[in-house]
Amino acid sequence: MRNPLSKTIVTIQPSGIRKYFDIVNEMKDGISLGVGEPDFDTPWHIRDEAIYSLEKGRTFYTSNAGLKELKIEIDKYLTRRYGVSYDYNKEIVVTVGGSEAIDIAMRAMLDPGDEVLIPQPSYVSYEPCAVLANGVPVIIELKAENEFRLTAEQLEAAITPKTKVLVLPFPNNPTGAVMEKKDLEAIAEVVIRHDLFVISDEIYSELTYLDNHVTIASLPGMRERTILINGFSKSYAMTGWRLGYACGPADIIGQMIKIHQYAIMCAPTTSQYAAVDALRNGDEDVAKMREEYNGRRRYLMQRFKDMGLSCFEPFGAFYVFPCIKEFGMTSEEFVTELLKAQRVAVVPGTAFGACGEGFVRISYAYSLDSLKKAMDRIEAFVTELRSRKQEI
Amino acid sequence: MREKILTFIEKNSRIDLKQLAIVLGVDEAIVMNELEKMEEEPVICGYHTIIDWDKVGIEKVTAMIEVRVTPQRGMGFDKVAERIYNYPEVNSVYLISGGFDLMVTLEGKTLREVSQFVSEKLSALDSVLSTKTNFILKKYKDHGTVIAEPTKDERIQMIP
Repeated sequence: MRNPLSKTIVTIQPSGIRKYFDIVNEMKDGISLGVGEPDFDTPWHIRDEAIYSLEKGRTFYTSNAGLKELKIEIDKYLTRRYGVSYDYNKEIVVTVGGSEAIDIAMRAMLDPGDEVLIPQPSYVSYEPCAVLANGVPVIIELKAENEFRLTAEQLEAAITPKTKVLVLPFPNNPTGAVMEKKDLEAIAEVVIRHDLFVISDEIYSELTYLDNHVTIASLPGMRERTILINGFSKSYAMTGWRLGYACGPADIIGQMIKIHQYAIMCAPTTSQYAAVDALRNGDEDVAKMREEYNGRRRYLMQRFKDMGLSCFEPFGAFYVFPCIKEFGMTSEEFVTELLKAQRVAVVPGTAFGACGEGFVRISYAYSLDSLKKAMDRIEAFVTELRSRKQEI
Repeated sequence: MREKILTFIEKNSRIDLKQLAIVLGVDEAIVMNELEKMEEEPVICGYHTIIDWDKVGIEKVTAMIEVRVTPQRGMGFDKVAERIYNYPEVNSVYLISGGFDLMVTLEGKTLREVSQFVSEKLSALDSVLSTKTNFILKKYKDHGTVIAEPTKDERIQMIP
């Protein structure tokens, strides 16, 4: 029989944390800090709206690009929060999560051989999506000493004549890094000078603890070369609803809608009705959750400080990314040992790119009680490691 | 600051001071000070525990009693209310708008105990015109807390 598989797909690696799944699930009295989604339930009024839409029998396809009301609300929201406006008619597409938006943006923009700059550590899907779109991923390794921000120098150094797209994943999963306006301005200058395009994944935009999030699309000359991706998963605790969106220039969005139309048809109708309510009445919920995350973030930072674990202070998302280099172990060894010794699950930094080596991702999408328990265990673990080291 | 502290401890009254200070991002002394002041004033009137007595197998009877009273000259309802809330078996007393005046909640061991209180003590008060006793059959939610099985974390344990 012939090989049924595509040569491209077999080169793509599965996500690096798969092997921990079973161990974590088998653990008794284990605490996982490995989850990348909010611990809150979707606010009730949003769920209620979805139920109402079902009662009303709104169970049909929507138009390919999404419900008109939803697209109008998305535009209003982006204008109100980030000062960018999009024509609901041709510059917005509602997608199945931010993930689909990333995929179709790449497929709409890349020709074989085009290079895509991907800063890492970052979410796991950019690289495979680029490959599946026949692009060539080029990794930019973000540095702890820059607080894992992308600098203009690093960007400049990675650009070749084949470079077409830059992925901008901020606020960042797994590091929690944010890009402030001044950082983005430096990036925008290079992007414009080299005539590049930006896919800006801003799914964590509501979860920033320093200042309001700034989108690169709001900078002069950037709107026409940016695909802004956002969604409802993180801000409104709606991961399972699978709803996101992409906004950008009509010619790019138009092509993306074409792919979306043939591959997906339309995003889930019930989720779209719920999302309309989220955007209309959800600001207060978001503020509450942000406040709660921020308290947990402060708590974790204090605990790391107390146990002498080096960690830069992250101002976005719901992750901290402490450095574990002092123990002379790889991230994977650290994670495995921690699991075995103290039954706490965290994610090795290497799951998010090779340059995540020496770091682990800790999610604070957990109650303070769980975080406290987990931190006590991690403290015991690092104390143990240090005393072991001294004996040698 | 006060609002932040109160919002937090309304749901987590058992948090220790140090942790609360860290979470709020302020000095421990400030939090302690504010708490003490609020306990004195008192803005914070107590720290209680929400218990599902059914689960321990201890039977309790709770009743919500609608009470119509005659307000007293110069003191309105306050004097009557005080007369009622001084009984230790009374849980809460609210002045209510609508068809009656006071809402009194009461906890007793048995139906008999509650009805005895109503007939012998509450109704016997001069200013009480009438009472209507509503027994609680099942508690679903109390103080913003759903009385049910503990919620399980259903999220996949590790995701990128």
